[in-house]
Amino acid sequence: MTATQTQVTFREAVIEALAEEMARDRNVLLIGEDVGAAGGVFHQTKGLFDQFGPIRVIDTPISEAGFIGMAVGAAMSGLRPVTEVMFGDFITLGMDLLVNQAAKVHWMSDGQYRVPLVVRTAVGIGAATGPQHAQSFHAWFAHVPGLKVVFPSNPADAKALMKGAIRDDNPVIFFEDRMSYGMRGSVGGADHVLPPGQAAVARPGRDISLIALGQMVPRALDAATRLASAGIEAEVIDLRSLVPLDEGIIAQTVRRTNRALVLDPGCIGFGASAEIAARVQELAFDWLDAPVARMGAAQVPVPFSPALESRVLPDGAAIAARAAAMVTGRQEGEAA
Amino acid sequence: MQTTEKMALWQRMLLMRRFEERVIALAGKGHVAGHYHVYIGQEATGAAVIDALGPADMLFSTHRNHGHFIARGADPAAALAEILGRATGCNGGMGGSLHLADPQLGMPHTSAVLGGAPALAMGAGFEMARSGGDRIAVAFFGDGALEEGLALEALNMAALWKLPVLFVCENNSAGAIGAAKGGYPGSIIGTERLTALPAAFNIRHVSLDGNHMEGLRAAASDARKALIAGEGPVFMETNTPRWFGNQGLWPDLRHGPVDIGMATGETPLPGGPDADWFAAHDPILRGARELVAAGVPLSALHQADARITADMDAAEALALAAPFPDRAAALRNIFAGQST
Repeated sequence: MTATQTQVTFREAVIEALAEEMARDRNVLLIGEDVGAAGGVFHQTKGLFDQFGPIRVIDTPISEAGFIGMAVGAAMSGLRPVTEVMFGDFITLGMDLLVNQAAKVHWMSDGQYRVPLVVRTAVGIGAATGPQHAQSFHAWFAHVPGLKVVFPSNPADAKALMKGAIRDDNPVIFFEDRMSYGMRGSVGGADHVLPPGQAAVARPGRDISLIALGQMVPRALDAATRLASAGIEAEVIDLRSLVPLDEGIIAQTVRRTNRALVLDPGCIGFGASAEIAARVQELAFDWLDAPVARMGAAQVPVPFSPALESRVLPDGAAIAARAAAMVTGRQEGEAA
Repeated sequence: MQTTEKMALWQRMLLMRRFEERVIALAGKGHVAGHYHVYIGQEATGAAVIDALGPADMLFSTHRNHGHFIARGADPAAALAEILGRATGCNGGMGGSLHLADPQLGMPHTSAVLGGAPALAMGAGFEMARSGGDRIAVAFFGDGALEEGLALEALNMAALWKLPVLFVCENNSAGAIGAAKGGYPGSIIGTERLTALPAAFNIRHVSLDGNHMEGLRAAASDARKALIAGEGPVFMETNTPRWFGNQGLWPDLRHGPVDIGMATGETPLPGGPDADWFAAHDPILRGARELVAAGVPLSALHQADARITADMDAAEALALAAPFPDRAAALRNIFAGQST
């Protein structure tokens, strides 16, 4: 991987990926609300309209079902659209097209048709956007056979995964945490492509595995730093993809650390964390020294008031406390 | 239209009819799992519109897709095998009756969710507008699909970007026998005229007798010319009074296969509440009457029917002899590019 000279933000990393792929393949298009001259409501498509024009960067009406349907039809016809849903919550308007059409076309046609489609959408708890502009439904899509689901946590992965998603012949739902849009980092060059399905060790450790996704990755890294000062070495796994799920890395880490704490930015109830916890037990039950634990978004709509919103996701301190208790075998708050 | 062209079109319609009569008969013998929808009574629309299309055009259909699929030239044995859930079906048994599809025919997908066809066809039209090549996308859908917002979103976007999409709304509720307006089976929609909807988007529109093959063929041909010329989408409403056998979910062939002799009175029309449909609406009998009036002897129609029936016998035997898919088939194509 060749690092670019300057550090870029998460949002710039995705723009770089889009620009490189659009330059490489004229069938790649960007479709969505305000993605054109406006450059995206979070500036997440800035510059693409100037570079590629209205034929490649298409502003749509406020018709999520309509333009996702358009993208599915166009993908079946040979284009490789990247469709943007402005806020993850609005993706519900296009569910039929994703769940009943895009996910099933390849299978239903007995392999005769492909839907090379990316749906990128911004989610994220912490910007006081209220209950209809913050929730992440990644677990819903992971439940549907035929859809791939990715959720990068840093600029380098965001760029490489967007390129991998665009080159994938399947529908890929690409989650971006907009609280990470300003995060800076170096990114790979045009040839660095990460296909969906590969997790990474974000920080090595031996005492407990923090298996995290999206916004929970920086929180897990924060927790690991706190734990290190208490003499506990936590290994942080950045899943990066939910589907396909990297079972190899999950088995490897848990068999080494013997403890797993799953961290999901989605709601806990019937969520991705439940599935991952189940896989941990299937893959490494005999290696476990403690019950698999999980932390994630509280089972509530995301409140507007910052005083409440900040409590929806566990922070680094809360994660560290839980992990420490698992390692030492003591309950949180119990005297040493 | 030359008589020979008309005869060819009618034979295609008759194949569509004989195919579906066969499906109903096989279902009666327990060979068809699940439910299915037939196109009986609407054959003129499918046959005429599809006859006007080019080989590279793409078609998106609905749950009521058998007729479109056969009209486009599908192998009846592969279509029947799919409906019977067999491995030799056009989709390996994965789709079944509701989802007949074949890329070789430009029929990639049939959505049983109503707004699907207009939206996906709009997407295909988007690709065509971009890539060119004298191609159009066609969406077949019923009047009920216009109750879904997605269909209206598709109309709006096709109009905004002048996409080469032919929206064929097969209105089979108009004059539905035995059904009150607004009742089942019928669309529940707040406009008296369905063409008021495309009109609101400045989409060129036409409302046609959906059982008159010659008028439909001419209108479809005109529409395709306008679409190729880049004039924007066309909305075609075809009024096809619903076949009585479609009143419920399970089709009922209560008078048996249609007898072509009923066109001329050689065989008496059935009495009772269905008489009007046979006399005035059945597009097979109506087409036969037009052919006889144009000088084609009824015996020639019977001969064509005998050939089609023999072909259907062969297709049925093939489909019934075909194996069911093995269990591994279900796991084969969840993702493109996956290893098996």
